[in-house]
Amino acid sequence: MKFIFERDTWQEIYGAIRKNKIRTIITVIGVTWGVFLFVFLLGMAKGLDNSFRSQFNDFATNTMFVWGQQTSIPHDGFKRGRRMQLTLDDVDALRSQVDDIEYITPRNVTGQWGTPPGQFVRGSKSGAFKVFGDYSTIDKVAKKKIFDGGRFINDEDTKYERKVCVIGEDIYKQFYEKDEDPIGDFVRINGIYFKVVGVYKPTNNGFEGDDSIYLPFTTFQTIFNQGKNISWMVITAKQDKNIVNTETNIKEMLKRMHNVHPDDTQAFGSFNLGEEVAKVNGFLTGMRLITYIVGIATLIAGVIAIGNVLLITVKERTREIGVRRALGATPSEVRGQIMLESIILTFVAGLLGFIFGTLLLWGINTAIGNNDDIPILNPTVDFFAVIGAMMSIVLLGTLIGLIPAQKAVSIRPIEALREE
Amino acid sequence: MIEIKDLHKSYQMGSNSLHVLKGIDFSVKEGELVAIMGSSGSGKSTLLNILGMLDEADNGSYFLDNVPIKGLNETKAAHYRNQFLGFIFQSFNLINYKTALENVALPLYYQRKKRKERTEKALDYLGKVGLSKWATHLPSELSGGQKQRVAIARALAADPKVLLADEPTGALDSTTSYEVMDIIQKINDEGKTILVVTHEEDIANMCKRIVHLKDGVIVEDKKVEQVRASQYV
Repeated sequence: MKFIFERDTWQEIYGAIRKNKIRTIITVIGVTWGVFLFVFLLGMAKGLDNSFRSQFNDFATNTMFVWGQQTSIPHDGFKRGRRMQLTLDDVDALRSQVDDIEYITPRNVTGQWGTPPGQFVRGSKSGAFKVFGDYSTIDKVAKKKIFDGGRFINDEDTKYERKVCVIGEDIYKQFYEKDEDPIGDFVRINGIYFKVVGVYKPTNNGFEGDDSIYLPFTTFQTIFNQGKNISWMVITAKQDKNIVNTETNIKEMLKRMHNVHPDDTQAFGSFNLGEEVAKVNGFLTGMRLITYIVGIATLIAGVIAIGNVLLITVKERTREIGVRRALGATPSEVRGQIMLESIILTFVAGLLGFIFGTLLLWGINTAIGNNDDIPILNPTVDFFAVIGAMMSIVLLGTLIGLIPAQKAVSIRPIEALREE
Repeated sequence: MIEIKDLHKSYQMGSNSLHVLKGIDFSVKEGELVAIMGSSGSGKSTLLNILGMLDEADNGSYFLDNVPIKGLNETKAAHYRNQFLGFIFQSFNLINYKTALENVALPLYYQRKKRKERTEKALDYLGKVGLSKWATHLPSELSGGQKQRVAIARALAADPKVLLADEPTGALDSTTSYEVMDIIQKINDEGKTILVVTHEEDIANMCKRIVHLKDGVIVEDKKVEQVRASQYV
């Protein structure tokens, strides 16, 4: 293998490659295209992946929601169709008895599911909007972006039943002049004065829109006369707990506390974000797998093209190889040269493919920028995937180079020279 | 220099066996210039290929400079070819993407000579055939005679014991043929052993000895008065 490190070997190969321009170009195009596609697909898959992940970014993914519905099985003297109402007592019981829970937050809303919206009045303008009653912990589960200078509901607000509110960006735009500072301003909600303490921006997960009003939970209960009733609760499991198990546990507990038949699946409704995220993750994993399969298949096709072209050129160069052998080239020298040509062609072509692919990804990234409509975010290729692919290209180049190299050696010099 | 005894060679043509060489006894001393003549099918090319270790005989012995040539593997044969033999072909067989100089230097490359030494020697031999000025030209930029002269320089570059020329003038007009023969004669004058396969009478007469082959046997082996090619140039 010593000959690999000799300058002359490389000069011979350089000469052979340079002087066979057309075949070199065709060969290089094949592999360059393959690697280019490989990089591009991988990058786009990564971009999609990043984009999906950022959608969930503002949400703790091991989160579930539970609300009351109607029973479907008669139980313990109650007939079916009984309406379930979750209360603060349920929240307290779950908080003290289920270890898996990181946060448990009751929420109340009016203006949804048939309840009347809150009347919002500022000066001469008025409108009807959804009103939520919330604890500060909801911000830990579903992060809200608050405009400069404002804040979200905090613990003091709920403790002292303060009459403060956080309004959506859309409400702000409807009721305030441009650049007017809403913080500290007083507005009326259902006839009661509230102080505005913050304006929130809609986030990606956008499930509450940007036209809602947030009040401290306790204030909401009093104003809307809710007592201990709540609309639903948001539960985040501890990081290392399985949210699906937690969901089952919690629903079983609720059924016991509310005298519901253990098999009744209708009494309490729930939505498990963890499960949804797992589905998306599964989809993304599948897509990545497909990308790899397609990419690698394209690579192999490119390398086979190289082998094919080399095989043809070996036929073309039969006479040259015959002359070389008549002049004293040993079979291993001939074989070594053809194989090195193959390896170098694949390597250089691969490198070019990576450069073009990366440039295209960079271009796409620049073109898309922060456009939320296109689900591609920061498309990149993994460094180790690049190194791995390069190594497999060189390996494949070596293997595929073996065929023409062996062919070149197997032609006896006399036959090679006789060929016209 | 060359010792051949009872050399046999046959080719398998389908179910028939074609007996090409039927017992050749032949020897060449150092410094000889031998023409091998014969019509096509007489076996002269086969003989040259066996002498050139490009082909192997079925039977008989072959000594080159007292080294037995038998049962060589390709690697060994390549080394012997490189060390002992220089080839000149009818169709020149220059590598078309290498310059004249690079073509001449090629056997030295396979001898693992240093680059500087290769270039020096190659230039030297190009000068001997009068093509120093054409060193950087590609074969496609040379005339037929020039190509053959480059090929001769290449055959000489490795300083072989024997030069084997297979119809060296076959593709050239007579004036150019004489030029080439002139060079071959001059090389022979310096003491190099040369075998020339030809079917042209006048070319054969420019050698010192003519061996006639017919149907695989030597029918005539005579020394001749050498005609100097320089008088025609």
